[in-house]
Amino acid sequence: MTERSLLVGPFNRVEGDLEIRLEVKDGRVAQAFANSPMFRGFEIMMLGKSPMDALTITPRICGICSISQSAAASAALGSLAGLPPAPQGALAAAIMHGVENLCDHLTHFNLFFCADFARAAYAGRPWHDRAVARFTAMHGSAVRSSVEARAQILHIVGLLGGKWPHTLAIQPGGVTRAPTARDRIRMTSILAAFRRYLESTLFGAPVEEFAELSTAQALTGWTRGDAGLFMEIAEDLVLADIGHGSGRFLSFGAYPLPDGPALAAGTWDNGTLGPVDTTEIREDLSHAWMLGEARHPTEGQTDPDEDMQSPAYSWCKAPRLAGRTVETGALARQVIDGHPAARDLVASGTNVRARVAGRLLEIARTQILLETWVAALKTDAAFITDVALPDAGSGEGLVEAARGALGHWIKVEKGRISGYQIVAPTTWNFSPRDASGTPGPVEAALEGAPVGPGEETPLSVQHIVRSFDPCMVCTVH
Amino acid sequence: MNILWLQSAGCGGCTMSLLCAESPGVLDLLGDAGLSFLWHPALSEQTGAEVRALLAGIEDGSQTLDILCVEGSILTGPKGTGRFQMLSGTGRSMLDWVRSLAPLAEQVVAVGTCATYGGMTSAGGNPAGAIGLQYDGSYPGGALPAEFRARSGMPVINVAGCPTHPDWVTETLLLIAGGEMNKAALDELGRPLFYAEHLVHHACPKNEFYEYKASAEKPGQLGCMMEHMGCVGTQAVGDCNIRGWNGGSCCTRAGYACINCTAPEFEEPNHPFTETPKFAGIPVGLPSDMPKAWFMALASLSKAATPKRLAENAVADRIEVPPTLRTGRK
Repeated sequence: MTERSLLVGPFNRVEGDLEIRLEVKDGRVAQAFANSPMFRGFEIMMLGKSPMDALTITPRICGICSISQSAAASAALGSLAGLPPAPQGALAAAIMHGVENLCDHLTHFNLFFCADFARAAYAGRPWHDRAVARFTAMHGSAVRSSVEARAQILHIVGLLGGKWPHTLAIQPGGVTRAPTARDRIRMTSILAAFRRYLESTLFGAPVEEFAELSTAQALTGWTRGDAGLFMEIAEDLVLADIGHGSGRFLSFGAYPLPDGPALAAGTWDNGTLGPVDTTEIREDLSHAWMLGEARHPTEGQTDPDEDMQSPAYSWCKAPRLAGRTVETGALARQVIDGHPAARDLVASGTNVRARVAGRLLEIARTQILLETWVAALKTDAAFITDVALPDAGSGEGLVEAARGALGHWIKVEKGRISGYQIVAPTTWNFSPRDASGTPGPVEAALEGAPVGPGEETPLSVQHIVRSFDPCMVCTVH
Repeated sequence: MNILWLQSAGCGGCTMSLLCAESPGVLDLLGDAGLSFLWHPALSEQTGAEVRALLAGIEDGSQTLDILCVEGSILTGPKGTGRFQMLSGTGRSMLDWVRSLAPLAEQVVAVGTCATYGGMTSAGGNPAGAIGLQYDGSYPGGALPAEFRARSGMPVINVAGCPTHPDWVTETLLLIAGGEMNKAALDELGRPLFYAEHLVHHACPKNEFYEYKASAEKPGQLGCMMEHMGCVGTQAVGDCNIRGWNGGSCCTRAGYACINCTAPEFEEPNHPFTETPKFAGIPVGLPSDMPKAWFMALASLSKAATPKRLAENAVADRIEVPPTLRTGRK
């Protein structure tokens, strides 16, 4: 029996700072500890400020999920006011948010995740030359074309929201700019160009053909475009055999529109669909460098332990739903929304391949949603309504960021913020252990990962961690 | 020239913005100018031990460092230790790394308002002790002392903005590569003049409303946002309205206030961001370089002269009254 400890970091091609400590036994990860090593304290900064300042401050938690943070803050303020946004304003906000989520998935696939397949360690594999040509960091042809396509589709956020990231266009009453007919045709054209990119490059087929795949076999057996190259690599490296999840998922429901969210809210427990009850959330602090007791976010505190005492090992709190870990993200959303291929895929377990496949499905579906939404813009309608905030009260804002369920909980007294708590998707996925010693989702997924004798930064660990697409700046905030 | 890019305590949004560079894209722009990344946390293949080896090489002198780009503020807390941000895998704080690497670089570039002055990370009582590379807010001296100079003899180049415009970063790097970045190219706060010699107000589509003080009263209205909505575009440096963001837009074009994100301490305006502070009903804060008495006189005169078209459009969400056409005949 051989034992060794590894400290993996700096862990790049994830958003923000991540350090993974591994206890390795007999060539396998026996235990993993995910450390979020950066604390800024946004929840503390918010105290005493005007509630509307949340719209300026919270997007700056994260430069990749900026609109998600903005949408969550706006939803929390709307909940505080007890008023929905103007229906067309909600639609415009959904368009901006959908573009961000689409771009995040694209960036993850092409820049963050697939770059590892071009590594010299995989030389000799039947697909390696193609992976090098397509996915080599900064130079691969897929990397370059995705960066260009991304920059162009973000013109939609330019048109509606002024800039990306950190727009202030999304407000509790709607959006600050009413699009014109000219804006709508520009957005239609931008989406047509993006569709051309997806169909010629990522899917090698009509977007609908990929979005409508109905079985796990059809999805994992896809052969065209870069999605096909990934499936071929995933099969050869048996990526379905690493990074196992609990089979428990959470989605707050994506894109709140007047008729309900475009993608359903819910929980999933190994085949059983359930409703979301946010009163069941507790943030456990037993292994976070945070002082205080486990609490619901409405009563939550952020009081960093400046002495960084053991057994804590991360700035990340450990959210639990009814006492249990849940995984959140594109795969969770697609499973909970009832996509047949996603449900079929997780019937045999959650793993590295399934997470990436879920994201690819969502790229195709989001393109179609965006086209529908832009076509539904009414250029003579109101895009914002008056929202007066009460001097006291509370609000809950629940949205789906690219990486999963994002919640903001605001409390206001005498017109000022007296409590602000944020639970981000990667707070769920990359949480440390809780009081019962139960590891967080990525920590559990890493157990059993193979580690080669000479490996200091094991490739399997990199694939597993990146399959979650962690956003560490959101995680601790 | 090579570039080492570190992400310290920020949101990563300046890198995300950088990827929005166009005509050509960022990878071509930098590559064509002979610039390449030694390592970038979002873009490079190397991770973990590979990166630690690279950093060790820079510190022991076996690897030359041309340009150090730092994105994000530098955390000094808790208790001055810098342990609110440890560079993962190294057991050392980012504060320590930046102080070690900066003197080894030919040029040091602070990317974004967090890295330049502390930025949003230092808002609200600054719980993590965030400071900029060479400034603490508007005060010289940050993680690096005021007298710090890179190997080139230059102070830290402050590409401020929240986020930075992709072109501000690429053009700064291209000017460095071309040997054209010197102290005369920077303003008093270390910002490149090519964008800091403009005001956000320049080329703002609301300028005609501004001229007549025809003001928006609520979010979504077309009028000038200076009087009520907290806009400080007449005081904020940046060529946002000249250059355009994400295909040609920017904050004021999308109907919300310029919050002066290129400036030190923009994160604490001492009033809600989107409300204009007033004294006796009159907005506090004058357009840059405008004598107060003249501003007051001109404002009251122009307000009295506001054409009906502007008065109506200012409080509408779309153009209600188009410009009157001259028929060509008398």
